[in-house]
Amino acid sequence: MAPETRTQSQPEKRSEPTAATRVDANRPVAEPRPEDIDPTAVFDLEDLSVYYGSFRAIRNVDMTVCQKQITAFIGPSGCGKTTLLRCFNRMNDLVDIARVEGKVLYHGVNLYDSAVNPVEVRRRIGMVFQKPNPFPKSIYDNIAFGPKVAGVKGDLGEVVERSLRRAALWDEVKDRLKDSAMGLSGGQQQRLCIARALAVDPEVILMDEPCSALDPIATGRIEDLMEEIKSEYTILIVTHNMQQAARVSDRCAFFTAEVNETSDTRTGILVEFDRTEKMFSNPSDERTENYVTGRFG
Amino acid sequence: MADTSVEVAPFSVASLRGNPGRIRKEAAIRGVFFAAAALSIVIMALIVLTLARETYTFVSQVELAQLWSDGWFPRRALYDIRTIVVGSVLVTVIAMLVATPLGMGAAVYLSEYARPRVRGVLKPVLEVLASIPSVVLGFFALTWISPEIVQRLSDRASLFNLAAAGIGVGILTTPLVASIAEDAMGSVPKALREASYGMGARKVTTSVRVVIPAAVSGLVAAFIVGVSRAIGETMVVAIAAGASGGSLFSLNVFDRGQTMTAAMASLATGTDAVVGAGLTFQSLFFVGSLLFVLTLLLNVFADRYVRRVRQKY
Ligand SMILES: Nc1ncnc2c1ncn2[C@@H]1O[C@H](COP(=O)(O)OP(=O)(O)O)[C@@H](O)[C@H]1O
Ligand SMILES: [Mg+2]
Repeated sequence: MAPETRTQSQPEKRSEPTAATRVDANRPVAEPRPEDIDPTAVFDLEDLSVYYGSFRAIRNVDMTVCQKQITAFIGPSGCGKTTLLRCFNRMNDLVDIARVEGKVLYHGVNLYDSAVNPVEVRRRIGMVFQKPNPFPKSIYDNIAFGPKVAGVKGDLGEVVERSLRRAALWDEVKDRLKDSAMGLSGGQQQRLCIARALAVDPEVILMDEPCSALDPIATGRIEDLMEEIKSEYTILIVTHNMQQAARVSDRCAFFTAEVNETSDTRTGILVEFDRTEKMFSNPSDERTENYVTGRFG
Repeated sequence: MADTSVEVAPFSVASLRGNPGRIRKEAAIRGVFFAAAALSIVIMALIVLTLARETYTFVSQVELAQLWSDGWFPRRALYDIRTIVVGSVLVTVIAMLVATPLGMGAAVYLSEYARPRVRGVLKPVLEVLASIPSVVLGFFALTWISPEIVQRLSDRASLFNLAAAGIGVGILTTPLVASIAEDAMGSVPKALREASYGMGARKVTTSVRVVIPAAVSGLVAAFIVGVSRAIGETMVVAIAAGASGGSLFSLNVFDRGQTMTAAMASLATGTDAVVGAGLTFQSLFFVGSLLFVLTLLLNVFADRYVRRVRQKY
């Protein structure tokens, strides 16, 4: 599939290291040339493929993710949405057999450059998981965890309050900050996880089907919350719920899985990536149209 | 089955009664399992009863001065409890000083750091280590740990000493502690680790702040099982602490010493077992009771502690 929706695709630009980086030995990471950087682009994927062992889960993805927008990934289950999302903050490093080919450029820096420390990446690019996973600690300690590991000393009460307020959870928990987070409802736990991610002031938040374990009311609250914080954060969300993608996202990427010719496996591909409005009203690709209208086979 | 389908009986309680043969079989199986459970309880009760009876005989006949003297010399009817209790405590403390850091460290490495292939090799090695006969370690303690480690730490140390025995017991206990601790950390959900890494935590931070607190009940259990094992270990101490005849009271770990278990072993194996001479035979049971109560208390306290600090996930 040709990535015609990529805003500016000039991959040859970055294949050569610039003169500046070649002379400066103190710069371990290849620095992008200023003129290469689109000011609104946060991520630029270049020909990204992810393998689990010899199985290719998703291939040749090219896309640009813009700042302070909500970008949704939709597609049938097993097409590699989670796999792709976990490339944006190198969470795939935790899977021993996972291997990434291609580039994930974050403000022009390839996150998979050998000089990049995944710990630093994850402090800037937070993640919210499919199943709420609060630590079995107090509500306060859950929020304070990130700032603490980032080395913030002293009283974190203010950070905790601010993060909980931003996640629209403060009023519900302000009287029981010392209680275990495990006592909260599923929806509250997920908002706590969002608050926890916000507490370290990330630039980007990755969400992997954050509402799939929640009831419609809790889902609605999380959607409202995303709407509210999107002016400050860049959000990438995987969702199996097309209405949700249509409601919350600015841009939407549709993936599907293609059967491989040589083996009995399926590999995910990016079919179409465009403004959400267009994706749902007038998609360019027939497969997208079939999927969004519910005629997906 | 064919005739039931032909003859349609009216629906009643009988239709829901089930197969009588199966029900009888079920009852029989239940009986067998109950008997097995009951038997083990009866055996336990008998052991405790015997222990209690002989202990009572001992306590009611022994004089207080015999229980608080210069040392443990059953042949001379000197049963100084301090000597053997302190001996056991010293050996156990030394053993746990060795086994806790080594065992927990190995567990953290195996569960958090080792790649699957390394773990696949190391786990079985650990299990083999756990099955080294304690006699072998006893000799190792006597012939290597004592001269090469203990006597270098203190030139006044005798060849037989409590420190060498303690280190030997510690080595013996390490695989057990490591194995239980590793199981505990391995059962911490992956989602918690991901939450931590997702926040930009490093491996150390994740291990120390997330995995270990979440596994604490299992880790305490590993420690307690280790302590019980160390207190109960007999052979290493009997060989390396060198007090088959008896022992003077001493707090010096570089000295010879006697533990409860080693005292029992030497009482039972002959050198001291002048059967019928005074209360020597009964003193065996007395020490046994002491050991029993001690480990029981340990387990009760551990249970309480674990209940208090456990993080539910
Ligand atoms: N840890 C893993 N090891 C091996 N295969 C995996 C792993 N995670 C996912 N996969 C495979 O990769 C493919 C894509 O999975 P995933 O990214 O979870 O899809 P989605 O999130 O779109 O449902 C699936 O075929 C899945 O079986
Ligand atoms: Mg998924």
